[in-house]
Amino acid sequence: MNINITLVAQIIAFVVLVWLVSKYLWTPLSALMEARRQKIADGLSASERGKHELKLAQERSAEMLRETKEKANDIVAQANSRANQILEDARVNAKAEAERIVAQASAEIDREVNRAKEALRTQVSAIAVTGAERILKREVTNKDHEAALADLIAHI
Amino acid sequence: MATENTGGSVEYIQHHLTNLSVGQGFWQLNIDTLIFSFLLGGLILFVAMKIGQNLRTETPGRFQNAVEGILEFVDNQVKDSFGGKAPALIAPLALTILIWVWLMNFMDLIPIDLLPAIAHGLGVPHLKVVPTTDLNTPLAMALVVFMLTVYYNLKVKGFGGYIKMFLFHPFGKFFIPVNIIMTLIEELAKPISLGLRLFGNMFAGELVFMLIALLTLGATVSASLLIWFPLQVVLDLAWLIFHILVISLQAFIFMVLTIVYLGMAHIDADSH
Repeated sequence: MNINITLVAQIIAFVVLVWLVSKYLWTPLSALMEARRQKIADGLSASERGKHELKLAQERSAEMLRETKEKANDIVAQANSRANQILEDARVNAKAEAERIVAQASAEIDREVNRAKEALRTQVSAIAVTGAERILKREVTNKDHEAALADLIAHI
Repeated sequence: MATENTGGSVEYIQHHLTNLSVGQGFWQLNIDTLIFSFLLGGLILFVAMKIGQNLRTETPGRFQNAVEGILEFVDNQVKDSFGGKAPALIAPLALTILIWVWLMNFMDLIPIDLLPAIAHGLGVPHLKVVPTTDLNTPLAMALVVFMLTVYYNLKVKGFGGYIKMFLFHPFGKFFIPVNIIMTLIEELAKPISLGLRLFGNMFAGELVFMLIALLTLGATVSASLLIWFPLQVVLDLAWLIFHILVISLQAFIFMVLTIVYLGMAHIDADSH
């Protein structure tokens, strides 16, 4: 157990061993552990980001849903008003048409009345002529005339 | 047992404390210390390369997991001492110390006469199997740590700063001669205590194993063996279990002190 040359040999051995352990064990293994640590950190941050994105997407989809509902409501309201308008238009048109038809019919009636009156007038004059002929065959007196006229009127 | 025929407890212990060596005096080379420490160092490297060949990030094997655990433990110790800006050398150094010292200490748990007896059978006269009970090994590591402390002191504080630490450190500028002596003792005590602590603990532990082994040394088959043999087994087992704690603790202490000393070298002179 004296101090001797073994000391020098052990110093060299120790230094070499430290160097080799550093080269073949420490460096690769600690690099690997560092890489793993980095990877886990990356994974965690990625999951965090994913969660954030999911939240954003959910918000966006809710927003879209709301907008779509509004639009649908608008469209329904528009369609309703349009339907009302069409109905109104149809009613107005129908009324106008009815009035037109009524006016036509009444004009027709007037025409018929006029024609009938015309025909009547012709007949009256013919009757008048006939009456006059009959009266003229007799003595035309005032009294006769009157009687003839009364007779005539009764004929009409 | 190796020394049974020569007999005598003193001789038994002395035999166990003698290294297998070549050369004389300072040029004596302790072959057994070198062989076992190199074998254990080789074991570390073999395992390191085996792990290094199939490192897996996603699905680490059980063994890789265990090594990663040790590595992280050492790294945390370094970070605690340095505050996260340690030079790249410190952590591998600490890891090497922890594993190597622990493995060398572990040789103490192998039955004390087993390997020397086998060696004796092969014609080898002496064998000390625990490299850390050879003062050269702990002192070698302590000296390397010491040299690194000086290096980092010079690097961080600069030459002037290092000198200043010697001149003004414990008592301020009016006690310069005292300061020099005090700091010198403080700095030199670090590597010496670091090396001697490990050596002393392991040496003492081995000695206790020898004393327990002495209980039945050279005993003949007799009635007294009925008492001594069970006692030896119980004592040996108790000391063995306790020693597991000691070898782990000593390896850990050596590592932590290394980190602390190197960490102190990185503190600026002004903050003393």
